[in-house]
Amino acid sequence: MNPFEYRRPKTLRETLRLLAAAKDGAKLLAGGTDLLIQLKERRTLPSLVVDIKAIPELQRLEHVSQRGLHLGAAVSLNRVLDYPLLAQHFPILAQACVQLGSLQIRSRASVGGNLCNASPAASTAPSLLCLKAQAVIAGPGGRRRILLEDFFQGPNQTALGKDELLVEVFVPTPSPSSRGCYLQLTQRQEMDIPMVNVACLLTLGRGGRCQQARVALGAVAPTPIRARRAEALLEGHALNSQAIQEAAEAAAKESSPIDDVRASAEYRREMVKVLTRRALQSCLEEAASP
Amino acid sequence: MKIPLHITVNGQPREILVEPTRTLLETIRVDLGLTGSKEGCGKGNCGACTVLLNGMAVNSCLVLAVEAEGQEVLTIEGLSQGNRLHPLQQAFLDQGAVQCGFCTPGVLLLAKSLLDTNPHPSEQEIRTAIAGNLCRCTGYDKIVRAIVAASKQKVAP
Repeated sequence: MNPFEYRRPKTLRETLRLLAAAKDGAKLLAGGTDLLIQLKERRTLPSLVVDIKAIPELQRLEHVSQRGLHLGAAVSLNRVLDYPLLAQHFPILAQACVQLGSLQIRSRASVGGNLCNASPAASTAPSLLCLKAQAVIAGPGGRRRILLEDFFQGPNQTALGKDELLVEVFVPTPSPSSRGCYLQLTQRQEMDIPMVNVACLLTLGRGGRCQQARVALGAVAPTPIRARRAEALLEGHALNSQAIQEAAEAAAKESSPIDDVRASAEYRREMVKVLTRRALQSCLEEAASP
Repeated sequence: MKIPLHITVNGQPREILVEPTRTLLETIRVDLGLTGSKEGCGKGNCGACTVLLNGMAVNSCLVLAVEAEGQEVLTIEGLSQGNRLHPLQQAFLDQGAVQCGFCTPGVLLLAKSLLDTNPHPSEQEIRTAIAGNLCRCTGYDKIVRAIVAASKQKVAP
């Protein structure tokens, strides 16, 4: 690793001061499971590494009933998974977190880091897009709050300015009548980065009519994306196998995957269809068996 | 510039000076001379460097030493109580779960963290838990059998 200075501020104010003083030479360190590899491979050469784990606000993990989950940017995945209300209210987030890396990685890695690293294949992104998560960002001018879908700007690029940091992800509590599913396709069962990942979240009314639909895709576009045409095909219609098939095909058309070491573009597009279909099917089955 | 680091390693408080770029694994192996923890991939894929940090299994190759300030580290050297082996170590011996031995320290510590939180895991839970520990000898079956055997024993006082 190239030499750098290390700081461990205890407040947001101090962190923002360090970021401003470092111009663009600072890197934020949460779990480090992405950053340390980048440092070792000299893909990033910061003059300052700011460890944000000692800032209490970034360790906040609290579900405010009826409203949503405050998920501090530095909270480790294992802490998230141990949170008793997670599986009850946010099963698709739990399904994504538990499939990210190994137990050792999850001891350190955070949802905030997963999002800020902004890999198109980020495991937690599709579920959080479905849940209408918001990014709470602090900067020199104060706070701002944006939808997560506006947070991702490109591969490894986010809406964060050099002098800003992600404070927390706010995840609104979904309707109790919603049903969701997260699926990822990997070559190995564990410890792998998805070739494709898909999340969906549906609110079903009487007679299986789909009142609200969210479908999100990862690893098949420059950023994690919502499949809006698929959502539109589902909303207002009865959820049946034909509607599911049409939505799955629409989602595949909305994806723009590339060929890389993990899979070909053609295979990925086909798998978007398969995973979307399976995820929606799972929601339908879950709704049928209360 | 070196920074003073205060950590407790295997129950002993230690104070050393480290560069910010030093990984916890380098500090354990080079600065403290505890070479039981291994470096395999250096990228968090293989688990050979697994140690317990405040009781949680981590890849010490992906932790900066300075991040461990004020925390407790358990390495393989601290698993036995003197000459008295930890039940997991005894089970690994009894079951022949060690081949070349390179992955063994990491697997043992991962297994300890598993049994600390889930004293009687199913075989599937064990297999899922050790997903981040690669055994290039591919001796997984005996490793799993040994962890099952240890979980059935009364934990030593």
